[in-house]
Amino acid sequence: MTHALAAPPAHGAAPGDHDYAVTGINSKKLGMWAFLASECLFFGALISTYLLYRTRGPVGQRPGDVYDIPYTSVSSFVLLMSSLTMVLALAAIQRGDHRRLRIWLLATALLGTVFIGGQVYEFTVFVHEGLNISSSVSATSFFVLTGFHGVHVTVGILWLLSLIGMSLRGLIPQERNLEIEIAGLYWHFVDIVWIIIFTVVYLVPN
Amino acid sequence: MVQPPRRRRVLRVLAVLGAVGMLLLLAGCAGDAPQDTLQPEGPIARKQDGLFKPIFYLAVIPVFVLVQGLVIATVIRHRHRPGRPDPVQVHGNTRLEIGWTAAPALVLLFAAVPTINTIFDIAREPADALEVEVYGHLWWWEYIYPEQEGISQPISTANELHIPVDRPVRLTLRTEEPGLPPGPDGKPAQGVIHSFWVPKLAGKQDVVPGRDNKLTIEAEEPGQRYLGQCAEYCNLSHANMRLAVKTHTPEDFEAWVAAQQAPAAKPASGMAAQGFEVFTKKGGCLACHSVGGIEGAVSRVGPNLTHLKSRDRFAGYTIDNTPENLRKWVDDPSAMKPMRPNKGTGMPDQNLSPEELRQVVAYLETLK
Amino acid sequence: MAVAVRAPARPFARPRSHTGFWSWISTVDHKRIGILYGVTAFLFFIIGGIEALLVRGQLATPNADMLTADEYNQLFTMHGTTMVFLVIMPLAAAFGNYLVPLMIGARDVAFPRLNAFGYWAFLSGGLFLYFSFLFGGAPDGGWFGYAPQTTQPFSPGNGIDFWLIGLIITGVGSLTAAVNFIITTLNLRAPGMTLMRMPVFVWMNLVVSFLLLFAMPIITVALFQLYFDRNFGANFYNANLGGDPVLWQHMFWLFGHPEVYILILPAMGIVSEILPVFSRKPLFGYAVVVFSGIAIGFMGWGVWAHHMFAVGLGPVANSAFAASTMFIAVPTGVKIFNWIATTWGGDLRLKTPMYFALGFIAMFTIGGLSGVTHAIVPHDYQQTDTYYIVAHFHYVLFGGAIFGLFGGAYYWFPKVTGRLLGEGLGKLHFWLMFIGFNLTFGPMHILGLQGQPRRTYIYDEGMGWDAWNMVATIGSLIIALSVLAFIVNVAKTLRSADRAPEDPWDARTLEWAIPSPPPEYNFAEIPVVHSVDDFWHHKYTEDDEGRLVRLPSGGADEGAAAGEAGEGDSVPEQGAVSTETVPEEHHEAEEGHGHGDGIHMPSPSYFPALASIGFPLVGFGAIYGWWWGAIGAVFLLAGVFGWACEPLAEEHA
Repeated sequence: MTHALAAPPAHGAAPGDHDYAVTGINSKKLGMWAFLASECLFFGALISTYLLYRTRGPVGQRPGDVYDIPYTSVSSFVLLMSSLTMVLALAAIQRGDHRRLRIWLLATALLGTVFIGGQVYEFTVFVHEGLNISSSVSATSFFVLTGFHGVHVTVGILWLLSLIGMSLRGLIPQERNLEIEIAGLYWHFVDIVWIIIFTVVYLVPN
Repeated sequence: MVQPPRRRRVLRVLAVLGAVGMLLLLAGCAGDAPQDTLQPEGPIARKQDGLFKPIFYLAVIPVFVLVQGLVIATVIRHRHRPGRPDPVQVHGNTRLEIGWTAAPALVLLFAAVPTINTIFDIAREPADALEVEVYGHLWWWEYIYPEQEGISQPISTANELHIPVDRPVRLTLRTEEPGLPPGPDGKPAQGVIHSFWVPKLAGKQDVVPGRDNKLTIEAEEPGQRYLGQCAEYCNLSHANMRLAVKTHTPEDFEAWVAAQQAPAAKPASGMAAQGFEVFTKKGGCLACHSVGGIEGAVSRVGPNLTHLKSRDRFAGYTIDNTPENLRKWVDDPSAMKPMRPNKGTGMPDQNLSPEELRQVVAYLETLK
Repeated sequence: MAVAVRAPARPFARPRSHTGFWSWISTVDHKRIGILYGVTAFLFFIIGGIEALLVRGQLATPNADMLTADEYNQLFTMHGTTMVFLVIMPLAAAFGNYLVPLMIGARDVAFPRLNAFGYWAFLSGGLFLYFSFLFGGAPDGGWFGYAPQTTQPFSPGNGIDFWLIGLIITGVGSLTAAVNFIITTLNLRAPGMTLMRMPVFVWMNLVVSFLLLFAMPIITVALFQLYFDRNFGANFYNANLGGDPVLWQHMFWLFGHPEVYILILPAMGIVSEILPVFSRKPLFGYAVVVFSGIAIGFMGWGVWAHHMFAVGLGPVANSAFAASTMFIAVPTGVKIFNWIATTWGGDLRLKTPMYFALGFIAMFTIGGLSGVTHAIVPHDYQQTDTYYIVAHFHYVLFGGAIFGLFGGAYYWFPKVTGRLLGEGLGKLHFWLMFIGFNLTFGPMHILGLQGQPRRTYIYDEGMGWDAWNMVATIGSLIIALSVLAFIVNVAKTLRSADRAPEDPWDARTLEWAIPSPPPEYNFAEIPVVHSVDDFWHHKYTEDDEGRLVRLPSGGADEGAAAGEAGEGDSVPEQGAVSTETVPEEHHEAEEGHGHGDGIHMPSPSYFPALASIGFPLVGFGAIYGWWWGAIGAVFLLAGVFGWACEPLAEEHA
């Protein structure tokens, strides 16, 4: 039977099938893209607040006065490498290599944890030097912006660990590599947000 | 039943609509409303009203009549009657679409140009203006007339803003809460957002912490009292943060300034003198109030009381300034006006005995 | 509706039933979720209405002492917050949830459990907000929560924190709903349903979903920032340490203005469905109406500071926003004219849904006109923060959105329940509401221009406001009576045995092609769509003069297919649409579901509801102590993990 369609459905799926998709993009993937679009506004609002407030506050009480750029650069590099390992994890499951999938997912999670550990250490140093969330408005916006980013990374780490667990229980066959791809989209997004934060907050001079 | 021709019926309905609309508008104009924006009494309010009314009558009302008329007309004309055939299936009409997109856009353009002109006009700094600093507190208005030509010594007063006629008055709007811990550089704590509004003279302008907003008002008629109030929700007693603008001829204004600059005399004897003792020592009044002539009385937490009795209302211009009301107020302020004295915003209970109360009021009565 | 075969219950077994109380807790059926949204939102409407009646009671006379300042401030704050976030938004979600899959020929939304989760987030957030009454007082900072009066020194107590967290929770629900609707609308349309063949309601819902997607994060950031100011000594809005209270306003209104279009566009979509059916004519200018809705969605991002004209942004900013605000009236006006043109020359059936749709046009126009006058900025310096503004937004939100939503309720009631609401009570409802509404809010235009500010619990005598305030209060009582008429109508109808015909209104869109109420799987066979109003074109065609010609039962209208009709379309039943037979290899095994044709529907799940229990607990943690939050986090994590691990649909034993 012929029928008119706006676009051919994904994988030849028929209407009513669970992976039917008029746009040709899997629904879960499209959903993640939509969510990430929303997250752009979320971080956009936080970054805008930071940009507005970066120069306000008594001298010596601004984040720019206590940064350690080399240290944060290393930390950023670690997070960047975790995106690479994420890509390797996806490639592994796409060719059916479950062991490598778990290794690279674990590597990603570990690198992410190192990044978070670095953030926590950095924050404790700042607090020791007298810079905390109530010191000044620039300190406030710095801590909230980077704090929310850290929460997003942490959620990502938990997600990756659960994927490892699911893979160990055989719940991620090669055909379900989309699950990894979607986690990868989220992880890369969080990484890109960090690159923007690092540039805007740390590298661009006041 | 014989019905009049449809067109007549439709016109009749439109006429009724128009009449109702006009009636409502007129009803709005009638009556004495001291804060009526539709009967401006100052040049700035007139400009604002003069921009609104033509657009309202020439654009808003005709569109209202047109749309409501069409709705009523379509119901009357096209309602289903038995035996009527199904209607012609019209899907659209490009010319109409262009028409009813372009026409409103043009009308709006005609409204936008004078609007933008007036925005800039009103924002302009006036020449030869009287300068007054307006401080929004929780929940009362403070006015400080800084040193300037015609005012050799600053005046601090509250609730009533006195101005000369035929001269622009440039208000600098700030908000402060001296009752709260000061900022890091020793400046008084910032307060919340208020809005200074005296409708018959000018539109409002918000009072925003961290900003020095400006508002120009000007009056034409001396000897008048124009009511106003705070127009930006400032929590608990927002409704009780009222004000009055009182107008003078230039000569009377000079006299008022001179009288306000005079310090208060210390009463020599009697209950008032006893009240003075209570006021300055036991009562703790000087922690919040200042009185000209009393050494060291500079606090701005509460209103300056030097000429308290020259004002016809107090407590944010809500309570008539009578001895009985003053007694009730000093006795239990929160019973007369909701406040948060335990948070530093509002007048706390003074815990005075009835005798001390009478004495303090007697003293206050001398602050003319 | 099928009753599943019950196996002996195992502890923590996946729910299977489709009847009974627990089936509502575990449902993932978009139709049931729509009903949940609708009933819950209606209950909040009653609560919000009572709050309004109390407000009006206090303001009926000058210097009244029915309510204290504190009580009044809590009531008006909760009234606004409730009506915006807990009534109009979820009512739109109710209609969207129920109708969008039906209108696009789908069996469910893209993410059924996420859909349920959105509802439970709404419910738990709304309940959390109302807990504040029991725990020290409701928020009293206004629905707009301007800093710094909502910061700690000026709003002691926990009320504002309940407000912040309650809105963050409901915001999660709105965001998940938005993602769901976008993917559903883009990906699950039936074959042949191009975007420009979708019903206008589906289009408006799509625009609203994008607005939500981009607006919710902004207010979420603002809410978090204020929460941090109040609880962790942050300084976002603390002018003493460099913070700027105006930042709150910018962020709130960057959300807030798209929000008002979120509130009105679904009702505009509903009106766009009702008018053609009851005029027996197609929507005039379908493409223009759709593009106007999209234009409003875009332009809505460029007008936010018209809520801030008196803040002191400067003449350049004020002028720019004056211009953008004036011009957003253009696409709005275009819609009004297209709606009127739809009825013009039609054969108007004046049933209750049509009353509300016409009432929408009349009332929304008034609100739109007063809105344009706000853009006359120098005069807005007089209008802003007065009852003139209160009049404006009630005309667009009540006379507009609520009227439209009630129209939709009467229109689709037979679809959802299989019964028609009574016309007599319906018209009584309409007239009482119309009269009461105009008596309440009409005079507020005058009160505002005569100088009565808003958000004030008391006013003095001698201000010239007494008479109209009394009239407004009387009007509000009449509104209450009208809502009572509606409730009586619903109760009577649900109790009666009379069934409605399947297509009682002779309607145009796909949801009327299936039984009422629809089976769980909606369409036994997914339809193939050939045009806008495809269902209508299976009933009627047009002759050369554009007059309707009824098709013989079973006929399909080839003419409307615009050259895309395929031969070999199966001959449909009376009123049915052409369908596509699902190829054999895509059938799942049937296991005695009682469903048609072995259609596999997603299985019920407790996890969305379970996870959402975590929200109020985390909320309590944020106010009272971390141990609450820890328990809440457990619920959230357990719920989300369980949900992630269970498959969408189970095989039944």
